[in-house]
Amino acid sequence: MGTTIDGKAIEQRARSAAVRAWIRYAVVAAVLVVLLALVAYFTRGAFLDPGNLINVLRQITYNAILAAGQTFVIITAGIDLSVGSLVSLCGVVMAMAANALPFHGVALVAAVLVVGALVGGFAGFVNALPVVRLGLPPFITTLAMMLMARGLAYKLSHGRPIPVNSDAFNTIGIGFTLQGLGHLFKLPGIPVAVLWMAVVLIVSGVVLARTRFGRYVYAIGGNIEAARLAGIPNRRVITAVYVISGICAAIASLLLMARFQSGSPQTGFGFELTVIAAVVVGGTSLFGGSGTIAGTFVGALLIGVLNNVMNLANVESYTQDIALGAVILLALILDQVRKRIWS
Amino acid sequence: MPEPVAAPLLEMRGISKSFPGVRALDGVSFEIRAGEVHALVGENGAGKSTLMKILAGAQPADAGEIVIDGKAVQIAGPRDAERYGIAMIYQEFNLVPQLDVAANVMLGREPVRAGGWLDGGAARAVAAAAVKQLGLELPLTRPVGRLAVAQQQMVEIAKALVRKARVLVMDEPTAALTDREIDHLFETIRVLRERGVGIVYISHRLEELPRIADRITVLRDGRVVGGGRVAELPQHEMIRLMVGREMDQYYPSLPPLDPTAPVVLSVRDLRSGNAVRGVSFEAHAGEILGMAGLVGAGRTEIVRAIAAADVPSGGEVLIDGKPLHARGPRDTIAAGIALVTEDRKGQGLVLDMSIRENVSLPHLELFSRRFGFVDRVGERRATRGLVQELRIRTPSIEQRARNLSGGNQQKVVLAKWLTERARLFLFDEPTRGIDVGAKSEIYELMVELSKQGAAVVMVSSELPEVLGMSHRIVVVRDGTIAGVLTREEATRERVMSLATTAHGAA
Ligand SMILES: Nc1ncnc2c1ncn2[C@@H]1O[C@H](COP(=O)(O)OP(=O)(O)OP(=O)(O)O)[C@@H](O)[C@H]1O
Ligand SMILES: [Mg+2]
Repeated sequence: MGTTIDGKAIEQRARSAAVRAWIRYAVVAAVLVVLLALVAYFTRGAFLDPGNLINVLRQITYNAILAAGQTFVIITAGIDLSVGSLVSLCGVVMAMAANALPFHGVALVAAVLVVGALVGGFAGFVNALPVVRLGLPPFITTLAMMLMARGLAYKLSHGRPIPVNSDAFNTIGIGFTLQGLGHLFKLPGIPVAVLWMAVVLIVSGVVLARTRFGRYVYAIGGNIEAARLAGIPNRRVITAVYVISGICAAIASLLLMARFQSGSPQTGFGFELTVIAAVVVGGTSLFGGSGTIAGTFVGALLIGVLNNVMNLANVESYTQDIALGAVILLALILDQVRKRIWS
Repeated sequence: MPEPVAAPLLEMRGISKSFPGVRALDGVSFEIRAGEVHALVGENGAGKSTLMKILAGAQPADAGEIVIDGKAVQIAGPRDAERYGIAMIYQEFNLVPQLDVAANVMLGREPVRAGGWLDGGAARAVAAAAVKQLGLELPLTRPVGRLAVAQQQMVEIAKALVRKARVLVMDEPTAALTDREIDHLFETIRVLRERGVGIVYISHRLEELPRIADRITVLRDGRVVGGGRVAELPQHEMIRLMVGREMDQYYPSLPPLDPTAPVVLSVRDLRSGNAVRGVSFEAHAGEILGMAGLVGAGRTEIVRAIAAADVPSGGEVLIDGKPLHARGPRDTIAAGIALVTEDRKGQGLVLDMSIRENVSLPHLELFSRRFGFVDRVGERRATRGLVQELRIRTPSIEQRARNLSGGNQQKVVLAKWLTERARLFLFDEPTRGIDVGAKSEIYELMVELSKQGAAVVMVSSELPEVLGMSHRIVVVRDGTIAGVLTREEATRERVMSLATTAHGAA
C-alpha cells in the first residue's frame, strides 16, 4: 500500500531498489560482453589483444578527462564549448613555460601543470563571469572563449608548434607504470597517462556523488531557483564548474604536450564535439540535473572502442564519421527507450 | 432538485494502477453523467490525480476498463482522450505563455486559409464565440503569460469548449483563486453543466462542495470508500470517510500570547519593487501572525523581501533586534529565517532529486563531514524522522519528489525547513493542496514551532484558516498594511473590509 512509514519497510524497499539497480548493471554488462564478442570476431581477434585494449584506453584519455570536467558543467544545465581551444592555449603556454622555467624533472612537470591550470582555470572563470553576473547563456560566452583562446594560442606561438626541450615529460607522455600488472598481460605496463585519467575520473566521480559541492551541482541543474532559496551559493558553484572544466582542459593538454613533445595551436581542434558526445552518450541530460562520471567514462569508452574497431577493420575515415554520428544518435535513442520502459 | 437518473456518459470500472512500492489505485469504479458536477475527494496520495490521468490518457492503467456511451474504449494517449471528448485542466496549465488568448484557445485546431496560411481572423472569431458562450470577458489578443491565474484558467476552459469536451476534469481548480474569482469559476462551471458537460471536480476545500457539486466520491488508499449525493453527505461524514476516523477539532487551541515575549522580527518601512511600499510590523516569540489580503496585495512579496528572496529596495528588517543586511537567502537562512514558498514545483523542490536530497538541501552543512563529504547516514536518519513526523506518504525516502502526490510534495517542502529549527518561519500558503487531516497536522506543527519560541508568519488566502490560526492578523492592501487585528477583534467582515476598501482611485 505504501501508506505506512515504518523504518523496516523503507529499508526493504530501498534494498529492492538496489537489487533492481544491480540487475540493470548486469544486463548492461551482458550486452557489452556480447558486443565485445562480435567485435572480436569482426576484427579477427586484433581488438581483444591486451596491447590494443591498452591502446584504446590511451586514446580516450584526453577525451575522458575533458568529458569529466564537461560533466560538471552540463549537470548544471550549462555547456562549455571552449575546451578544445583551451587545450591548445594551455598547450602553447605550458610548452613556453617548460622551456622558460628554471626547474628540472618532476618539479618542472608540477610547475608547468600549475601554469596550465592557472590559464585553464582563469579561462573558465571568464567563461562563467557573464553567466552568473548578467545571465548570459553559456553557449555564447564559451563560444566567444573558443574563438579567443584559439586566436591567442596562434598569436603566442606564431602559428607553429613549440617544441619542448626538456625530457622531463617523457614519463607521462610515453612512460609506463605498474610493470608488475603489465607483465601479467605481456605488456610493458600501464601507460602513465591512463593512470592520470583514472585519477581524474575517480576524483571527479567522488566529488560529484559524495560531497556537498556535488550535491549543489545537481540541485542547480535540477531547479536553480529552489537551489537559490535553499541558500546554495549558486554563483560560486556555477563559476566553480567552469573553472573545473578549464583545469581538466589543462590536464588533458599537459598529457598531449608530453606525448608529442610540443605545444601546438592546432591540437584540440573540434575536441568539444566528441567531449560533449561522450558526456551525453554517457547519460547526462543536456537539460541538467542528472548524470554521472561513470556514465561519462562509458560514453568516452564507447566512442573510443568504435574508433578503434573501425581503424582495425580499415574503415575509411569519412565512413567512420558517419558511423560515429549514427552510433551517438542510436545510443541516445536507446537511452530514451530504456527510461520510458523503466519508469 | 429531482432529476431522472441519466445513463452515465462515461464509466471507469475496476481501475487498478501500481507504481514501484505503491498501490495507487485498487479496483476503482467511477462514473460521470452528462450535466453533473461529480466531486472526487480524498487524502493526499489517495489516487485522485492518478485516476484522472488514466482517463486523460496521460498514464496507462494496469487493469480495468473505460466505457463511453455504453461501449468499452481504449484510451492509449492524450489524442484518444481528446477524440472521446475528455478534457483535463491540470493545476499547472498547458498554455503557451507567449501566444495570445485566441491562439491558445485554438491551439492545435487553427483555422487555415487556402495554402496553409493561418487565418487569424477566423481563429479570433471562434475563440470569441467560445468565450462568450461561457459568459466570460477575456482580452483575446493579450499574451496568456500576462494574464492572472484565474484568467488563464478561463482560457483552459474555453479551450476545452472549443474542443467540444463532453467530460471536463478539473484538478484543484480553486487552490490559487480569490473568493470572487471562485464565484466566477462556479458560474462558468454551471454554464458548462447546463450544456450537458460532465464535470469531475477534485478539491481539498470541502466547504465549497455543497455549492458546486451534485455528487461526491471519496477515495482512500486507492479505493472508493463512499460517496453519494452531496446534499445527503454532511461534511464531517465526508471527512470521516476520507481519513478513516472521526476528526472533531480542526484548529488546535492556540496557547495565549505571552505579552512579555521578546520581539523576534521587526520590519520597518520595508520596500521591494512595486509590490511592497513601506511596510512595518513586528512578530513576537511564540506568536503566530496571520497575513491576510487579496491575491496580488503584496503578501508574498513581503515575506520574500524579509527572507531576501528578493532583496528589498528599502527599509529595515531586524531579527532579535539586530539589523539584517542580507544579500540573499543564504544570509537570511544563516540568520534563522525559513521561507516556505507558495510555488512548490517552481521554487520549493528539485523534482528529480529524492526526498532525502530535497530535505537536507538548505542545511547540508549539518550533514557534512571532513573535506565536504556528505554524511548520508545522518541525512537518512533525519529525513526518516521528518517523513514520519509529517506523515509523508511514500514507499521510501529515496523516492523522487516528482513521483509524490501534490500534497506530499508540499509536506516535503515543509520538511526542508524543519531539520534545523529557525527563529522565524515565513509560511506562504502552507496548506494549499493539502488534505483536511494533513492541514490540521500542519496547524499543530505551527503551534509546536511557536511554543518552541519561534515566530511564525503565515500568509493565507483562506480566511477561516487565518482567523482560526493567528494570534494577530496583519491585513495587507496594495503593498501597505491596512490594519492589524487581534484575535478577539478579528471577524471575517472586518478583515475583508480592511482588505478591500479602496483608498483613493482604484
Ligand atoms: N509517477 C509516479 N511514480 C511513483 N509513484 C507515483 C507516481 N504518481 C503517483 N504516485 C503515487 O501514487 C499515489 C497516488 O497519487 P495521486 O497523485 O493520484 O494522489 P492524489 O489523490 O492526487 O493526492 P493529492 O491530493 O496530494 O494531489 C501516491 O502515493 C503517489 O506517491
Ligand atoms: Mg493530486
